[in-house]
Amino acid sequence: MRRLLSHPSLVIGLVATVIFLVIGLLSLVWTPYPIEQIDIGRRYLGPSAAHWLGTDNLGRDLASLLMSGTWTSFLVAAVAVAIGVGLGVPLGLAAVAWGGAVEWLVLRLTDFVFAFPAVIVAILITALIGPGAINAIVAIGIFNIPVFARVARGGALSIATLDFVAAGRLAGLGRAMIAWRHLLPNIMSLIIVQGTIQTSLGILAEAGLSYIGLGTQPPATSLGLMLRDAQGVFLIHPWLTLVPGLAIVLIVIALNIAGDGLRDAIDPRLRQGNPNVLA
Amino acid sequence: MNKTIKAFGLALVLTTALAGMAMAQPTEVRIGVALEPPALDPTAGAAEAIDIVVYQNVFEGLTRIDQTGAVQPGLAESWTISEDGLTYTFKLHDGVTFHDGTSFDAEDVKFSFERILAADSTNAHPEFYKPITSITVIDPLTIELKLDRPIGRFLFDLGRGDAVIVAPESADNNANEPIGTGPFAFVQWDKGSRVILEAYGPYWGEPVHLTKASYVFIGDTATMTNALLAGDIDGTNNFATDALAVFEGNPQFNVLVGTTEGETILSTNNKKPPFDNLKVRQAMAHALDRQAIIDGTTNGYGAPIGAPFAPHNPYYVDLTATYPHDLEAAKALLAEAGLPDGFSATLKLPPVAYARTSGQIIASQFAEVGIKLELINVEWAQWLEDVYTNKDFDLTIVSHVEPFDIGNYANPDYYFGYDNPEFQALIEKLNGTTDEAVRKDLAIEAQTILANDAVNGYLFELAQTGVWNAKLTGMWQNSPIEGLVLRDIAWTE
Repeated sequence: MRRLLSHPSLVIGLVATVIFLVIGLLSLVWTPYPIEQIDIGRRYLGPSAAHWLGTDNLGRDLASLLMSGTWTSFLVAAVAVAIGVGLGVPLGLAAVAWGGAVEWLVLRLTDFVFAFPAVIVAILITALIGPGAINAIVAIGIFNIPVFARVARGGALSIATLDFVAAGRLAGLGRAMIAWRHLLPNIMSLIIVQGTIQTSLGILAEAGLSYIGLGTQPPATSLGLMLRDAQGVFLIHPWLTLVPGLAIVLIVIALNIAGDGLRDAIDPRLRQGNPNVLA
Repeated sequence: MNKTIKAFGLALVLTTALAGMAMAQPTEVRIGVALEPPALDPTAGAAEAIDIVVYQNVFEGLTRIDQTGAVQPGLAESWTISEDGLTYTFKLHDGVTFHDGTSFDAEDVKFSFERILAADSTNAHPEFYKPITSITVIDPLTIELKLDRPIGRFLFDLGRGDAVIVAPESADNNANEPIGTGPFAFVQWDKGSRVILEAYGPYWGEPVHLTKASYVFIGDTATMTNALLAGDIDGTNNFATDALAVFEGNPQFNVLVGTTEGETILSTNNKKPPFDNLKVRQAMAHALDRQAIIDGTTNGYGAPIGAPFAPHNPYYVDLTATYPHDLEAAKALLAEAGLPDGFSATLKLPPVAYARTSGQIIASQFAEVGIKLELINVEWAQWLEDVYTNKDFDLTIVSHVEPFDIGNYANPDYYFGYDNPEFQALIEKLNGTTDEAVRKDLAIEAQTILANDAVNGYLFELAQTGVWNAKLTGMWQNSPIEGLVLRDIAWTE
């Protein structure tokens, strides 16, 4: 634990991420003003005691919108990462445990998904079920599957050749059991690191999809949607673009340095004097 | 030595030529418009975007509507109307040609109206021309139209984009390659980008000032703002009011604020429960706070309306107080209708700023009386199919931009499904009346019925907020008919 805390970028990244996460979570139970409450009389107000970050073009409180938007962004990204981990990791492990045709199939499937731009899939989903946060989650989730499949396979490959795996096999464990008991625990650190990075990419992707109108729909809000609403008046009220824009930048930076720090801290290959896992 | 002189001479000629080019008056105009038309045939589509490009520019009708909304001679240089108001005889202009070189005569007029009245007509408004019972070519430059009843606004209806004259040789291709008789000929349409028109040399009428006009399609306000500031376009007929402040007070631009025929309404599916209940519609009308909608959507540039009728029309009567903003009254009416806790409905929003923004405001206002709206953003093609054609909607927000389109409410098959025989009889009577004073009384009665019945939520009359290069003149400040007429536009020093 001390080793983790001695890593400055990890601490900064984690603290910043947790702050944003708490702000987002808080919006579930409390925001200064209800976000769907429109009050035309108080639109375009600057920051003040009543409205910490001012109000937008419909008189909604920008601080409340930011809190709620941050939550939407985290939620979409986290669910999408969960989809990626839930489907991608078993696929990657199966590729290693069974090898042969299974491995070939998994690798070709990941190639196939990588070949599609995320936006095209999002447009496709919009055409089928209409735009919305679910659409964004599914589109981003689909793109997380091959990422995690590759990471899981890469990590598991190097472990599968080690002696303790062979010992397990001799002891009569089946392929699925080896993958579950021996491969998965040893690649968890890789998956956690990748999960952090993918969450930040997911937040960016959600902002992008909402910005082009395929993601979150009003009256719900997201950081990308706030940017979209503000861009028409950018020259007159630049503040409205700055707030969600800066929030996206800060969240993504926080998650990225947290991910970097985590990797440095828990990736065994980078750790000194710990010979028992990997040579 | 000789070479030097030659080179010097050449340089001199070049410099003079360049200077000459710089001095010459520009004769091209590039206009930004928000919506790209789905096709370019104004006689086969309801979209305003079609008329913006071609009306009075590429195509002309027998009459034309001028900037004040008055009827002027178009392809017909004069006409006579019989005593009983049933027979119109038009004298056509001589020497008119279509842009493909074919000549224009009475047969083309006959063809155009027969096309509108045909059983398989794709015209958006055949009802305006239904009363025509016979079309007779008297000689190549004279045509006679007979009606089954007098129509007060027949000459105006002839000047609409729906009734422009097309040629039998080219009519089928007009959607993609429009060929008309107007001062501008169609050159090319780069789909998704722009339409280019060029002045038509042999034009029969007064020559136009411009040699070339491009319509550039820019859907997004920020891009439009930048294009105007950078000089990539010379103006736009309708700029988003949100960002209008960028150009107000800038001497390089001329901001033209005028009126349009666009009544923006919360269109309600009158055939679908609970909207078939008058009390529910009245409750919705009470729940609307028009001023907030106008301020939030148009920055105060729209005029409130209490019936689907343009405030600048001489027949207008102010009915905005019929159902004032009153949440208690709204709740009471909902309770009377058996919905004390309100209800849920969907609100389909086409991709225009006035609809998307006012939709959010209305959802917030309706929430206060317990009506929960789910906002569904749709594209135009989807809107036209789902809402306008298949009537599959609860509520939608749209601007009805045709002049004097109150008659739509007399069509029980129109998409919002208002079926009131009393109103239909009234419109029938109004259409058949030519006496101005009586027409006015009937129009006021019609507006009052629609206001009391709260057929739709009447929101506001769209303003036209043009932003143009300060050196351009001749743009229409008001828009009494759908279109962006290039005829008088010119560059000045």
